[in-house]
Amino acid sequence: MALLLLAGGWTAPAWALSDPAEQLPDAAQEQRARVIGRELRCLVCQNQSIEDSDADLARDLRRIVREQVAAGRSDEQVMAFLHDRYGDFVLLRPPFTAGTALLWATPVLALGGGALLVLGLRRRRAAPVPAALTAAEQARLAELDRMP
Amino acid sequence: MIPELGHFALGLALALALAMSGFGLVGAHRGEARLMGLVPPLALGVTLAVVASFLCLVASFVVNDTTVSAVVANSHSAKPMLYKISGTWGNHEGSMLLWVLILALCCGAVAGFGRTLPSALQSRVLAVLGLVAVGFLAFILATSDPFSRVWPPPMDGNGLNPILQDPGLAFHPPLLYLGYVGFAVTFAFAVAALIEGRVDAAWGRWVRPWALAAWSFLTLGIGLGSWWAYYELGWGGYWFWDPVENASLLPWLAGCALLHSAIVVEKREALKTWTVFLALLAFALSLLGTFLVRSGVLNSVHAFASDPARGVFILGLLMLYVGGGFALFAWRAQAMAPTGVFAPVSREGALVLNNLLLCSVAAVVLVGTLYPMFADLVLGQKISVGPPFFNTATLPLAVPLIGAMAVGPFLPWKRARLWPALQKLWWVALVALAAALLCLALEGVRVGPALGFFAAAWLILGAKADFAQRIGLFSRPRAAFGRALALPRAAWGGAMAHGGLGVTILGLAGMGLAVDRLALLHPGESVDLAGYEYRLDGVVDAQGANFAARRATVEVTRHGRAVVTLHPEKRSFPLARMTTSEAAIHTTWLEDLYVVLGEEREGGVVLRIHDNPLAPWIWLGAGIMALGGGLSLSDRRTRVAAPAAKAPALKNPAVRA
Repeated sequence: MALLLLAGGWTAPAWALSDPAEQLPDAAQEQRARVIGRELRCLVCQNQSIEDSDADLARDLRRIVREQVAAGRSDEQVMAFLHDRYGDFVLLRPPFTAGTALLWATPVLALGGGALLVLGLRRRRAAPVPAALTAAEQARLAELDRMP
Repeated sequence: MIPELGHFALGLALALALAMSGFGLVGAHRGEARLMGLVPPLALGVTLAVVASFLCLVASFVVNDTTVSAVVANSHSAKPMLYKISGTWGNHEGSMLLWVLILALCCGAVAGFGRTLPSALQSRVLAVLGLVAVGFLAFILATSDPFSRVWPPPMDGNGLNPILQDPGLAFHPPLLYLGYVGFAVTFAFAVAALIEGRVDAAWGRWVRPWALAAWSFLTLGIGLGSWWAYYELGWGGYWFWDPVENASLLPWLAGCALLHSAIVVEKREALKTWTVFLALLAFALSLLGTFLVRSGVLNSVHAFASDPARGVFILGLLMLYVGGGFALFAWRAQAMAPTGVFAPVSREGALVLNNLLLCSVAAVVLVGTLYPMFADLVLGQKISVGPPFFNTATLPLAVPLIGAMAVGPFLPWKRARLWPALQKLWWVALVALAAALLCLALEGVRVGPALGFFAAAWLILGAKADFAQRIGLFSRPRAAFGRALALPRAAWGGAMAHGGLGVTILGLAGMGLAVDRLALLHPGESVDLAGYEYRLDGVVDAQGANFAARRATVEVTRHGRAVVTLHPEKRSFPLARMTTSEAAIHTTWLEDLYVVLGEEREGGVVLRIHDNPLAPWIWLGAGIMALGGGLSLSDRRTRVAAPAAKAPALKNPAVRA
């Protein structure tokens, strides 16, 4: 549903975090770590982020993210650290590269291609829309409308 | 013996379907009434044979016949009866049989309700449905026979995956399949129209109810699946952009575009070629979904049957039907000249915009779902495409779509001006803006939820304004009631479905504000979340029909007053060696209190507590959308096309091609 599309990922609470001791004591830092974690794939799972997964690897990655956040690294630095280590596969939001250009261009291509198609078909059809009524015709029409 | 009967009935259905296709195509081509007259009875024969076969399989599961390998693999004598029955389609073989069952029922419906159709059109539609049935029956018989025996029989079956032991399984797959397979009928109508080279308003009137019905069922199926995930998986998540979810979303989007463009065909005889294309596309995407799920080519939590032989077979069917359909389209589409003309700003124009945006969203979802496979095979790169991509890429398309949804119904056909329509919506925009600002004021800078509340208010109030205008609530309030009763049900249904989407978005926006808390509690201790206090009373052992459970008691209070007592559980199924978590959910309709029981350690237990604002409205909205579809379906216009009595159409040696 277009709607589900809209909001699927705004939220997503930390589902699989099963040990309270994993959490960072600072609530703001914990929140940041969760936002980062939702962008990272649990490499051994099927389409789950490390925040959603109960796998050991996901737990390790969650710990790495939290250690880095606690050490004062920025979001970008943490992501870059994991990206260097595990490659593109770890990023749930694929980076924009030559290989993914087509993927990221899909919305523009689909919308643009569709719009061109619509315009092209209209032009080819070239059947003019009937001209609007003149003032005199409109007055006559209004008169007819008033008649019982 | 029952399994053999079921197997025989499948073979019989295959033969009947072949005969139906042959007679239907040849009879319609030559205009021979006798041949065409055979087609509806043959269709009913296919229906009966497949129903019989399906009942045989259900019977094998009910009596727990352990000589049948599907029963051994998926059932167990200790399972509750409901899950024995629903377990029939909780596995690959059974679910394919369910797919064919619904296809057969559709054949029966076209044969039974389609008596007022021109007989050549009816014969061709049934022939195409028959060809689809032949392919899938052959698939079942060749690669996934649900009735194959094992000897010697084991003492008992292996049981069903505990996650599937839920009432949700009884309804989720059949509803989804009703949607998928419903699009087979619109596909058959499209192919028949291409063969005849003719699409007119009557055709649009016939296709629309099928598209509406399929879309409504698909909406219910997707909504139910999402709700099931929410309460069963114990994560509080409801949509994961999993490939299989995407596979059900794709035909939903195409079907949504189809049922809108079919309105234009019916009312204005425009967009004919495009509507035929969408009808082909909706079924192509349904088949693609079946292929993705059944072949296991994609990583997915749903992929419970991955067998290369099956994958290749379904891929073959996919290419045959989709390739055949589109080749026919390329060859014949030129024959259908458009007649209706319209200005860019008009109801038709708005529906074209709707189609353009819905198809673009579908393209994004399709490409995003398949891209990892493409990158791996073609570029040799391993990449992931997850929720962050889908959210980012679909949002810019969803925003104009939702914006236009409220305005479209205010535009007259043929030629319109935008400004008068917008003037009627100024108060809606004002309230929506107020809702967004209120969200920002109360919850801080959270762009997603604020946008969601704006969209929800815009759609719900927009639907209300549309409705109010149609019945003249403000211009002639006294006559409004009478006019409301006289309003075509399609108008009610349309406004309702649009409002339903608004309700769903309201739920999504609320879920954007969800909070949760993880805590280690000892009996007697408590934690606070979102104004509620959760106190753990204790954890005890409990025994279920085929599982043992640990059951916690959590008292929830608000400002010292008792609200509810929740019992989250952790169940272990000895047979499947699996543990599942049963979340305890209490809904106030404004929010869900959602408690999950975690590990026990150090004399205490880990509790995960979620506060999910407005969560139930996500699925209620889906229900309202489907209800809107149903209401529209009951419109007099669509019923007029349905048989009033036994019409003489069959007896006419009608040659219309």
